[in-house]
Amino acid sequence: MQAITLSAVLLVLTSLAGCAVEPWVKPYERAKLADPIMSFSRNPVADSYLHHVYQAREAARGAEGGQGGGCGCN
Amino acid sequence: MDVIEIKRTNRLLLIGSVAVALPVLAAQLPEERADAMYHLYDGGGVTVSGPSILVRKQFGESLSASANYYVDAISSASIDVVTTASPYTENRTEISASVDYLYGNSQMNLGYTNSEESDYSADTVHFSIGQDLFGDLTNVTLGYSRGSDEVRRNGDSDFNDEVTRNSFSLALNQVVTANTLFALSWETIADEGFLNNPYRSVRYLDASSLTGYSFESEVYPRTRTSNALSARLRYHLPYRAAISGEYRYFSDTWGISAHNTELGYTHPLGDNWTFDLSYRYYTQNAADFYSDLFPRVQSQNYLARDKELSSYSSHSLGFGMSYKLQRESWKLLDSASLNLAYNYLYFNYRDFRDISQSEAVGQEPLYELSANVMRLYLSVYY
Repeated sequence: MQAITLSAVLLVLTSLAGCAVEPWVKPYERAKLADPIMSFSRNPVADSYLHHVYQAREAARGAEGGQGGGCGCN
Repeated sequence: MDVIEIKRTNRLLLIGSVAVALPVLAAQLPEERADAMYHLYDGGGVTVSGPSILVRKQFGESLSASANYYVDAISSASIDVVTTASPYTENRTEISASVDYLYGNSQMNLGYTNSEESDYSADTVHFSIGQDLFGDLTNVTLGYSRGSDEVRRNGDSDFNDEVTRNSFSLALNQVVTANTLFALSWETIADEGFLNNPYRSVRYLDASSLTGYSFESEVYPRTRTSNALSARLRYHLPYRAAISGEYRYFSDTWGISAHNTELGYTHPLGDNWTFDLSYRYYTQNAADFYSDLFPRVQSQNYLARDKELSSYSSHSLGFGMSYKLQRESWKLLDSASLNLAYNYLYFNYRDFRDISQSEAVGQEPLYELSANVMRLYLSVYY
């Protein structure tokens, strides 16, 4: 049992170490990701306004992405 | 929490189709820009419009500050107002300021927001700290905000109450492949204080009334805690366009649970135009203490007839277009863009009746609402 636990811990540590040393998407492969059309919030003013509209019309709130910090829409 | 912005210089490199080492999630400050927006919401007898001005400026290599001025000019003859009160006009003014600080692979954000209406004041402070991990493929951000609100009632100087709000958030941004970004976000919000609307009423069956019903003030619990978990995905197609997907699950201690999902498509055309299309679906069930028609006066401790606490679903169809301007001769500006975005919203209430229609009590048609939401704005980058 102890051997299995030790192996599991070693496996987790090895995979974490792998992540830290070797990013699987190389810096030179990130051109498409850096395109502005890939931004989750290209237009912060317009996006936060639409979140404000949804918050005012819906009971759900939170985890919208973008700026946090209250909407003052109660 | 801050969404990591892409540096403008990176965008220019990309337009030139030069594939170089571009940071994607690497800790960096949001780009310097200013936005001037006019917004308009029109639906269900409510019109809300006004300006929003955002300015962001960088100081040195590691500090960036932003300020926002926002106004809602409200003219309301909503279904609640028409059936239980009188139409009104109101202004809400919001100012906010925030500072971003970069330290190695960490980013910190400190922000303050103040919102003022004739009968409501809200102050919120916000702090978040984020860290890049695993060769900048992962970003983890923790956030906390605290709000202190003061609730008043126009025409009743004796009424004064307050709300405090604590919010904790955790966000994970992840580069999945060379084409795919993923974000997971969780937020819990705890409110305490006067959480209902001091003007709103609920209705109950009353045989002594001509209409068959009467109204009494709504009463909400003084505490509410909610949890929301969202997942977002963005994928760069083989040609220059992106698709996005989002899902959020929400639940709170008032018995409400909600789901929303959104699909989006972004398509640039030539060097100057960008078009956006989106569809969002939202659905929720009612709060435990909601009813369209209570059986008698004071029939339970908590009473709500706010349509936002009822059971309903909504659809939102969005369209956006952006035109980018860039001139070699510009000295102070790098570029500018003119943007128009429009959403059509439709709400379909499942247990909120339109009592402006004269039908037998409890048999009135279910209420539905559609709204047009528009944003017109100019962005400049410097």
